Amino acid sequence: MINRRNLLGTAGAGVALVGGGLALPRLFEGEVEAQPLALGRALPEGVRENASLDTLPGKKPLIRLAYRPPNYESPIEYLRTPVTPNNEFFVRYHLSDIPQVDAKTWKLSIGGDGANGQAALDLDELKRLPAVEVTAVCQCSGNRRGLFQPHVPGVEWGYGAMGCARWKGARLKDVLDKVGLKKEAVEIVFNGADGPALEKTPDFVKSLPVWKAIEETTLVAYEMNGEPLPHWNGFPARIVVPGWTGTYWMKHVVSINAVTKPFDGFWMKSAYRIPVGKFPIVARFISQETPVNTPITECVVNSLITSHADGAAVKAGARVSVGGIAWDGGYGIRIVEVSTDGGKTWAEAALGRDAGRYALRTWTYHFTPPRGRTKVTARATNAIGQSQTAALILNPAGYHHNVMQTVTLVAA
Amino acid sequence: MRAIAIVLFGALAAAPAAAQEKPVTLKPGPGLDQVEANCGACHSLDYIQMNSPFLTSAMWDAEIAKMIHAFGAPVSDADARAIADYLKANYGADHVTENR
Repeated sequence: MINRRNLLGTAGAGVALVGGGLALPRLFEGEVEAQPLALGRALPEGVRENASLDTLPGKKPLIRLAYRPPNYESPIEYLRTPVTPNNEFFVRYHLSDIPQVDAKTWKLSIGGDGANGQAALDLDELKRLPAVEVTAVCQCSGNRRGLFQPHVPGVEWGYGAMGCARWKGARLKDVLDKVGLKKEAVEIVFNGADGPALEKTPDFVKSLPVWKAIEETTLVAYEMNGEPLPHWNGFPARIVVPGWTGTYWMKHVVSINAVTKPFDGFWMKSAYRIPVGKFPIVARFISQETPVNTPITECVVNSLITSHADGAAVKAGARVSVGGIAWDGGYGIRIVEVSTDGGKTWAEAALGRDAGRYALRTWTYHFTPPRGRTKVTARATNAIGQSQTAALILNPAGYHHNVMQTVTLVAA
Repeated sequence: MRAIAIVLFGALAAAPAAAQEKPVTLKPGPGLDQVEANCGACHSLDYIQMNSPFLTSAMWDAEIAKMIHAFGAPVSDADARAIADYLKANYGADHVTENR
């Protein structure tokens, strides 16, 4: 493994490293030894050579995978806390025409053939509806796609296309009550202000089954961690669907339509689909199912070791505190176990504060590594008995990667 | 049709979303002009680097077909062929060893 501290020493802090492909700004100098960027060898070579730490306006440096449409993930060290700060939160767009939305002129239109009428809300009117706050993980469906073997095309995310925030907004249910739903309504369709560069490219439009849309915690959110949503995370309002993957969390939302027929746009009908029967999914999206595939819905149970990078140096014979985070699709984390012997035996980690069933759960485990290399593996299990997998569940688009993660500690 | 794409690209480059975009330098070779003019109209070219070098020739063909048919990219047949040859030769799994 390349010792990045030495590289920095020779190249000078803040200078872009052409050879390694990583531009490490000064901010990261002190953290480099303990936590190099999580661009492990499992990622495609093209990512390791070209991804860099880049700073979008209002953000701390994130790992840039692509400029336009912007796709930037959080380095693992940003995921050590139960709530991810707004300026450390990942950025993910499908299309490249992204306007700066003016809160004063923003309007949310509500209607559709499955609604009893039409309405429009401005931001003040939205904020006058009863406010709800929920702490929830927002995770891209394709988080960890870059770790798939064999690789599949797409945005080659490492571990950081996720974060957890306190989302505050109006219940989507209360917004829909402005028009009222017909009993024939099957789905609620969302569009955002962002759009494609070409007219012919399908706009990013998504739908939810009515049952999920009217859950108490499904929101039209306007605050993230007590502040207005950052531009890059959907200002001035976005859909928040706790438990479900980020694809449904429409940013810059401008229209909400109830429909009586399944919405058949590209991003529902062709994209964001998983094979039927391969994953232990409880939440179904029946109006969109086909005999072979179904829309991705809830997040699968998962965990991440955030305290140590793979290959981290520790002191032999001294107690080490390994820690990280765990989350699932909203059933709640029951237990996180750690193995230091390649999965032969497992010991229970201590769980941190429970901030609700949609939130990240932190965990820690103490042990004293012997001299040499020790593999540390974490495994989360949720309240309905689902655990992370040992082997990758292959699927064409590279979704739902929840293989147990292993880091090697090197004790000397 | 490519002229339209270039005009759009110009408009986008000035938009806030693209303010941070730095030029992405792909490997030199025949077909690079067509890649920059067509692919670069809708997305930065780091998408190509990111998806390399693991796509087989058939997978690159599928990606180009997806851009044209699913995403409506107005790419001429001649340009599509040049783009396919370029990507397979420079960023493909099938050619990776001979290019190293």
